[in-house]
Amino acid sequence: MIEILTALILLSIIAAIVALETDDLLHAVIALGAVGFLLAIAFVFLAAPDIAIVQIGVEVISLVILVRATSGRNDAPANPRRRHLGKVIAVTLVGVIGLFGVRSFTQFPEFGSPVMDRFADAPSVTYLLEGLFQTGAPNIVTAVLLDFRAYDTLGEATVLFCAVLGALAILRRKARVSNDKEEDGIK
Amino acid sequence: MIYSLCLLLILVGLYGVIVSRHTLKIVIGLVIMEHGVHLLLILIGYRAGGQPPIVDPGTLPALFAGQSVDPLPQALVLTSIVIGLGVLALLVALCVRLYERYGTFDVTEIKRLRG
Amino acid sequence: MKPDPHNKGMSVIVKTVARWLKGLILLYGIYLVLYGHMTPGGGFAGGVVIACAFVLMTLAAGEDQGLSFFPKAVSSTVDSIGLLVFLAVAWVGTWWASGAFFKNVIDTPQQSYFSLFSGGTIPISNIGLGLKVGSSLFLVFTVLAAFRLIKNIDSKDEDTK
Repeated sequence: MIEILTALILLSIIAAIVALETDDLLHAVIALGAVGFLLAIAFVFLAAPDIAIVQIGVEVISLVILVRATSGRNDAPANPRRRHLGKVIAVTLVGVIGLFGVRSFTQFPEFGSPVMDRFADAPSVTYLLEGLFQTGAPNIVTAVLLDFRAYDTLGEATVLFCAVLGALAILRRKARVSNDKEEDGIK
Repeated sequence: MIYSLCLLLILVGLYGVIVSRHTLKIVIGLVIMEHGVHLLLILIGYRAGGQPPIVDPGTLPALFAGQSVDPLPQALVLTSIVIGLGVLALLVALCVRLYERYGTFDVTEIKRLRG
Repeated sequence: MKPDPHNKGMSVIVKTVARWLKGLILLYGIYLVLYGHMTPGGGFAGGVVIACAFVLMTLAAGEDQGLSFFPKAVSSTVDSIGLLVFLAVAWVGTWWASGAFFKNVIDTPQQSYFSLFSGGTIPISNIGLGLKVGSSLFLVFTVLAAFRLIKNIDSKDEDTK
């Protein structure tokens, strides 16, 4: 089990490095799609089927949006001047953050024993024991999302609404009076 | 350790955000960071040999609670993935508008053209 | 540069296959939304799959067909209605006797535990969320896909409008 997960995460890291270092934008977007689909397979192995469904759907739509945005606009920065000092500083900074992170991971519980095993009054234990009787829904993830923690779901729906509203407001275009035709966009 | 591998994925995304000069590469770096964070949250809530948190008609609650994975990180990551798509749409709209306004995708060029 | 083919859609094979498939994908999305409290799924997963069905239709048949099926005014209205349904479920919980915000006011009797009409107010919230997420994502995809650059509009693009 750990071997499969380790192999999947290693492949995702390789695909992510390819996505960031290549020059052609279409290659980068396809490599990003590879990261997303490998992650969906990892979610299936981690006993999270809801999240695998959502990840695949979201990955498909985001791939379509990115390909649509990058096609026909291959205007890569044509400056061949390599700035090595900036890259070295960035790698150092990222390495320092990584060292701190690895050090803090030694205080986590072992992979495979969740936090709710250590505390008898953890909220997840209550949700699993009482979920079916208090809400009547066998899917505990939906019961947590829509009954025990429904206020957070309201917040998340509002954030999604605002993000979509922002995207629509950015792409708004007024009708140009100098041309005879109307422009596309929200009127 | 598997947590460190997941942290490496997050750091690759962070490196991409810091170093890239193409606005769409910055967006790609952000998406990679989001994927890494979601994976880390689900990894923390995993139980070895665990079942998905969906009740079968025949199990006792105590037995079910003893062999199921943690449902709380899954609920939080579920909404976070959909919000990530909304934010990606917003960022791509920004990038396209910037390209239309300045004619280039290069971040250093955009800084130089004022007004 | 070659003319932009996105306004006219794709070839006949793609159009025919998409016409058959979009009904099945929409049905799968509605199944995920309605059975969200029993099997893996729920409002968010179902909404994303419903948006995928509409995206497929828009890509295969061109944006004009997609917009004529589901115009911008209708999809923004459906978006707002979905969120309002979710809020209404929350407020009903407040007005019920000694209830809190988002209280699940419909009790489920023991014998209907694993059937479709169980779960209290959860299926109603799922439907509201599915409508909201589906129409939001379709709306944002349509506006991004129909965007035309001012700089690159030349005579070829003016004819395809």
